[in-house]
Amino acid sequence: MSVQGARPGVRAIVGGRVIDPASGHDGVADVLIADGCVERVGRGAGAGLPDDTVVHAEGLIVAPGFVDLHVHLREPGREDEETVETGSAAGVRGGFTTVCCMPNTEPAIADQETVRFVVDRARAALGKVHPIGAITKDRKGEALAEIAEMVSAGAVAFSDDGAPVANAGLLRRAMEYARMFDVTLVSHAETPDLSRDGVMHEGVVSAKLGLRGMPAISEEICVARDIALSRLTGCHLHIAHVSTADSVGLVRAAKGDGVRVTAEVTPHHLILTDDLIARDFDPLLKVNPPLRTQRDVDALRQGLLDGTIDCIATDHAPHAEQEKDGEFDLASFGMTGLETALGVCHRALIETGLLDWPLLVDCMTRRAAAVFGLKAGRIEPGADADIVCFDPNGQWQVTVQTLASKSKNSPFLGWTLTGVIRATLVDGCMVYQDWSAGVSSPSESDRTRSSIHRSPVAKSVGSSPRR
Amino acid sequence: MSKTKTIDRAASSPPANPPARTAGEQPVAAQTVTPTGDGRLRIRHLLGLEGVCREDIERILATAESFKEVLDRPIKKVPPLRGQTIVNLFYEPSTRTRISFELAEKRLSADVVNFTASASSVQKGESLRDTVKNILAMKTDVIVIRHPCPGAPHFLTRATDAIVLNAGDGAHEHPTQGLLDIYTIWERWRDLQGKRVLIVGDVAHSRVARSNIWGLLTMGAEVSICGPATLIPKSFAEIGVEVYTDIDKALDRGVDAINVLRIQRERQSSSFLPSLREYSRLFGIDADRARRLRPGALVMHPGPMNRGVEITSEVADGPASVILDQVTNGLAVRMAVLYLLCGGQAPASREGE
Repeated sequence: MSVQGARPGVRAIVGGRVIDPASGHDGVADVLIADGCVERVGRGAGAGLPDDTVVHAEGLIVAPGFVDLHVHLREPGREDEETVETGSAAGVRGGFTTVCCMPNTEPAIADQETVRFVVDRARAALGKVHPIGAITKDRKGEALAEIAEMVSAGAVAFSDDGAPVANAGLLRRAMEYARMFDVTLVSHAETPDLSRDGVMHEGVVSAKLGLRGMPAISEEICVARDIALSRLTGCHLHIAHVSTADSVGLVRAAKGDGVRVTAEVTPHHLILTDDLIARDFDPLLKVNPPLRTQRDVDALRQGLLDGTIDCIATDHAPHAEQEKDGEFDLASFGMTGLETALGVCHRALIETGLLDWPLLVDCMTRRAAAVFGLKAGRIEPGADADIVCFDPNGQWQVTVQTLASKSKNSPFLGWTLTGVIRATLVDGCMVYQDWSAGVSSPSESDRTRSSIHRSPVAKSVGSSPRR
Repeated sequence: MSKTKTIDRAASSPPANPPARTAGEQPVAAQTVTPTGDGRLRIRHLLGLEGVCREDIERILATAESFKEVLDRPIKKVPPLRGQTIVNLFYEPSTRTRISFELAEKRLSADVVNFTASASSVQKGESLRDTVKNILAMKTDVIVIRHPCPGAPHFLTRATDAIVLNAGDGAHEHPTQGLLDIYTIWERWRDLQGKRVLIVGDVAHSRVARSNIWGLLTMGAEVSICGPATLIPKSFAEIGVEVYTDIDKALDRGVDAINVLRIQRERQSSSFLPSLREYSRLFGIDADRARRLRPGALVMHPGPMNRGVEITSEVADGPASVILDQVTNGLAVRMAVLYLLCGGQAPASREGE
């Protein structure tokens, strides 16, 4: 897919610390790009190229573009909150070049036509967008959706996200059926009988606030059930947004037993806890699964470190202002996350000394792509040149103005985050760049940037199609 | 959240003094009150009793006592809130709390507006934010809110500049009820340190229980809760409360005041309880159980009562019952809170009004 056109094509990224977990590469090198693909990685490979086709990445980390297995792009149906185009723009703003969007749209992505619609909308997006199809018709949990047709139209996995398939018999059939095409079923693990009407984690904080609780066991019973069905059927099961310590334990044990199970964790579950809600009932903190306790946060971090949890996924869930500005009980669940993921993960995992950059990059690239078998998340000859360059020491403040997403429901508004995305390339084309200083970047020097960096293209949603 | 208006409180509310008292009366619990200098509370809104300091609670109790005296006058009106507009925003049916607030506001000479919304309008129609913006556009200064959603009063403090008083937010808090219960106990003993208070019933769904617990703990009382395990959050042990599911054991520990909560009939249909009959047998307060309270102990109930379910008529109307005193005290306590939060002039002497 060769792409030159309105967006500036890049021939090389030079002088950066190239981290590619797939090949084990970690060191200063140049990345040479040709025809939208990586041509070669090596020291001095970019020497002699015209300056306006070169990205100078000295002091930056050059990594495969991040891969997010779990976003909500609201199209079709709630285009006032997000679209495939704006969601993808938020993605590349956060370093994500590939995102997979959940089917809880209106109508649901539950048939071939709707999958095709999303795939078609994705052609105009800055990054790559893959739809996840519904397991059951209209996500009602009553009858199997046409999984094979959706696979052929481009669905990369299947989930009734947000509305877990409550009927274990039906889920068994779905797993047996999906196994034929070797596609992944993604489980939003929740037992509605235990969590119905709940609005936050059940514990001492919910008891104090008088808010109805969603107990940890609601998630864990469903995780255990789905693992058992995966064991029975051999279907690959991916547990979405694991949020409790005991869920981590269940996944760890299942992996030890050889069950085909993978798991993701969100940045917000790696850093936020339920007690924050006690401050002032801020609906921006309302999310499902709910923010849990410090014990859970510690277990999730440990799970990521030891590989029990495969990857980070944002569960980016944009909501209109009026759905997040009022009573906690009545607010919608969900928070945006694409643009804050890197900085939040830095604070949760790197500042705490748990992970280093190569391991964090691995969790956001290769390990994520491997879950759905996506051809993404690596910098090696022949791979699509989907690449992110970020300043690991630069800082920025999260404000309504700095977020590209159509919705601004981030619980991190006002936070100063470390890790500034400087440039994002998709198929070798610059789709986002920002060379401003940031809040107080300790590493900021007067690096000279080539003219490519001052091109007016990026930072806004481009109008010309990528391919 | 944009602030759309600024109320100049300094201009409308000169620094408050304690309410004037007629000569010859006892000083207002001087031994327990630490004046904060300007006579104001440290809190700006009354959202709950969690986190309210002892000095503030003591000041409210002392002020309530002097207002209780006002209620015994032939003319029960004093002028401190003259010129202030208070809106009572009730999203839930309420009889005594709404009437008590309204009466307290009128006794303090405030202008009062009542806004009553049906429960269904919370889900559909105009949002709370828009409703409140509209009300404030009519230049109101104070909002008293009763709402089924916990935290709705907190939301108002973010969305408006008005002084906000929580008149009950879901299962979260009902601070003026907590204060009036504490006042009722304090009136008996003048000191809550070490006093043992037992709250019996559906603590999980009770804002009254939560406000009592926080206020009583702050005042040095020892608090126990007792009820069926389905209606008692066991995590309350983490905040310093003794948790019982056996009423006999709870009574054996010694009780100086028992607060009997109303049991809602819908708890039966939603499987928290097999039947009210069984609840009554296990946790109902009858004469036999009331006899096991310590000498001089108080029997309280926030109302409305289900006679014969959580409490028998014999106990509710018996010598230890202070249930009607609670209602009177509620008026005095709400006057005190409004007076202290909203400032205004000191109550004039009898002749002045």
